[in-house]
Amino acid sequence: MTTIATTEEPTAPARRRRRMPLAAAIALVPAAIIVAVVYVGCMIWTVRLSFTSSRLLPNLDFVGFSQYERLLSNTRFLTSVENIVLFGVLFIAACLVFGFLMAVFIDQRIRGEALFRTIFLYPYSMSFIVTGLVWQWVLNPTLGVEDTLHKLGLTFIDVDWAVNRDTVVYALVLAAVWHGAGLVMAILLAGLRGVDADLWKAARVDGIPTWRVYTSIVLPLLGPMIVTAVVLLAISVARLYDLVVAMTGGGPGIASDVPAKFVMDHLFERSNIGLATSAATMMLITVAIVLAPWVYARYVRPQVPR
Amino acid sequence: MNGVNVKDVSVAFGALKVIDGLSLDIAEGEFIVLLGPSGCGKSTLLNAIAGLLDVEEGKILIGGRNVTWEEPKDRSIAMVFQSYALYPRMSVRQNMSFGLKMAKTPRADIETRVTRAAEMLQITHLLDRRPDQLSGGQRQRVAIGRALVRDAAVFLFDEPLSNLDAQLRNELRLEIKRLHMELGSTTMIYVTHDQIEAMTLADRIAVMKDREIQQLGAPDELYHRPANLFVAGFVGSPKMNFLEGRIAAGASGLMFENDTVSLSLPDDVCAAPPAPGQAVTLGVRPEHIALDGGTWDGFRVDIVEPLGADALVWARRDRTSIQLRVTTDEPVKVGTPVALAPDPRRANLFDTETGRRL
Repeated sequence: MTTIATTEEPTAPARRRRRMPLAAAIALVPAAIIVAVVYVGCMIWTVRLSFTSSRLLPNLDFVGFSQYERLLSNTRFLTSVENIVLFGVLFIAACLVFGFLMAVFIDQRIRGEALFRTIFLYPYSMSFIVTGLVWQWVLNPTLGVEDTLHKLGLTFIDVDWAVNRDTVVYALVLAAVWHGAGLVMAILLAGLRGVDADLWKAARVDGIPTWRVYTSIVLPLLGPMIVTAVVLLAISVARLYDLVVAMTGGGPGIASDVPAKFVMDHLFERSNIGLATSAATMMLITVAIVLAPWVYARYVRPQVPR
Repeated sequence: MNGVNVKDVSVAFGALKVIDGLSLDIAEGEFIVLLGPSGCGKSTLLNAIAGLLDVEEGKILIGGRNVTWEEPKDRSIAMVFQSYALYPRMSVRQNMSFGLKMAKTPRADIETRVTRAAEMLQITHLLDRRPDQLSGGQRQRVAIGRALVRDAAVFLFDEPLSNLDAQLRNELRLEIKRLHMELGSTTMIYVTHDQIEAMTLADRIAVMKDREIQQLGAPDELYHRPANLFVAGFVGSPKMNFLEGRIAAGASGLMFENDTVSLSLPDDVCAAPPAPGQAVTLGVRPEHIALDGGTWDGFRVDIVEPLGADALVWARRDRTSIQLRVTTDEPVKVGTPVALAPDPRRANLFDTETGRRL
């Protein structure tokens, strides 16, 4: 009995300290309502609709998992999942590699550093729509790079990546990396600049080659920056929609379809709310699964005393 | 042959000359300390010797070999930094062996060297820990260990103890001194702004200011015969007392005087006797003035700072304030009138205008 009393004692003052003043509570009410209704409410509404047979308009019957059964035998949805996985892995990996290389390049105290930094970061200032249009034109066989090369007589080179169903996802990755690598560069450059100058001197005295200093000594120090970059990149993977719409429209055929586009199309064009919401729920579950280890490491584990 | 010769070396950052035509000869096995306030160029000189900074002009010889344009790793040097600069995410063992591995040293050889260095520094039990699991003192030991395994001819220390607290500093200072004695023929160059570290460690101290060596000599010589006012004031704690005045005219023998005090000095205090009437500064260390029984009367005890073994006493007359170190069992009372007795044989005379020792 006494042990229970002693363990409970410290929590009581902690709870009292957390209680907020009335004015603050009132000020936070609108935000709380928005979060509850718009985010949580819509999430629950979406999940609920995925168990109905809703077509053009939502209805509230209950058909069990039949929408999910249809979804998982839907070729278009399966293609979109394959695409997003391929895109996500390649995009994040390529952004990290190129971003790191660009950061290392700028870290050499080159002349015109500010200019290069601007050039590398500039694509990020554009929306995915603009990026998609630019690359659609660049890769357009009748007026882009391919046309130019063919006019120069280099007809054996085909740059038809955006219209070839085997390569269209790679074309998307190319455009997205062009867009996002600069951000990774900026984040990692800040990390590189924070590395203790004495560490570099010590490595020089020890005779460690520069590339080895980067891989064995500096890279491990950049861990937190890399995590930040990966989180930001992963968010843009999950919401990938506008780039696809602007660049390929999901085509050719369904070759570059992605889950978000699948959901939007079925919601508004193909009047299949039931299927769309079940796909949206699948996306939610996937994101939750991806995030779970991170949330665990970040918020749950630190409470365990080291 | 592990000596170091710096010959007319100049170092510049852009248009700014940080070191201009500096020379310094260091014998094999010598422990030399570069002492000076921040910005005096001591770290720059050390980095130039290490090869971490390019020199504009001049030559650097290590062990008689011209290494002016060699990479740091080929200079047979090892270096210890203020911030430890240990490689993170590597164990102590990996930290110590990484450089050797890069130099393609045979594995058995690496093993022997690491074990030997760890034993010398008593860090054998830490070999499998990572730097972030070590305390500051342990980290600096590891950094010294990493320098030790290089079997270098010259050790360079860049303020290695400045990040440590007072007690650890004393401990590691002793450790470095012991290490130098054990290694014998290894030359050590040590940069610091702490004059106690300099006095305790050095065979010779080079006091630097304004990118120039003000005086180069044994700690004793610096202490008792400082070459100029700067060295006299920088070396020694508490600081030397300075009194501005002139050489008395018409007196028999050498005599210092100002409006408050006068002191008759033996002739051998100066190398070249100054002319009567010349403006001079008298320097007397606090421990070379007795509290009472002298000729400097009219002083009163102003402040007393007891230190345990002895006490620092500030005596004041008008605007003249003199600090002295008193070893006495009887407590000194504030306000007591005293007649100070400086020891004329240990006084220093400086030319007030140039600051140079007379």
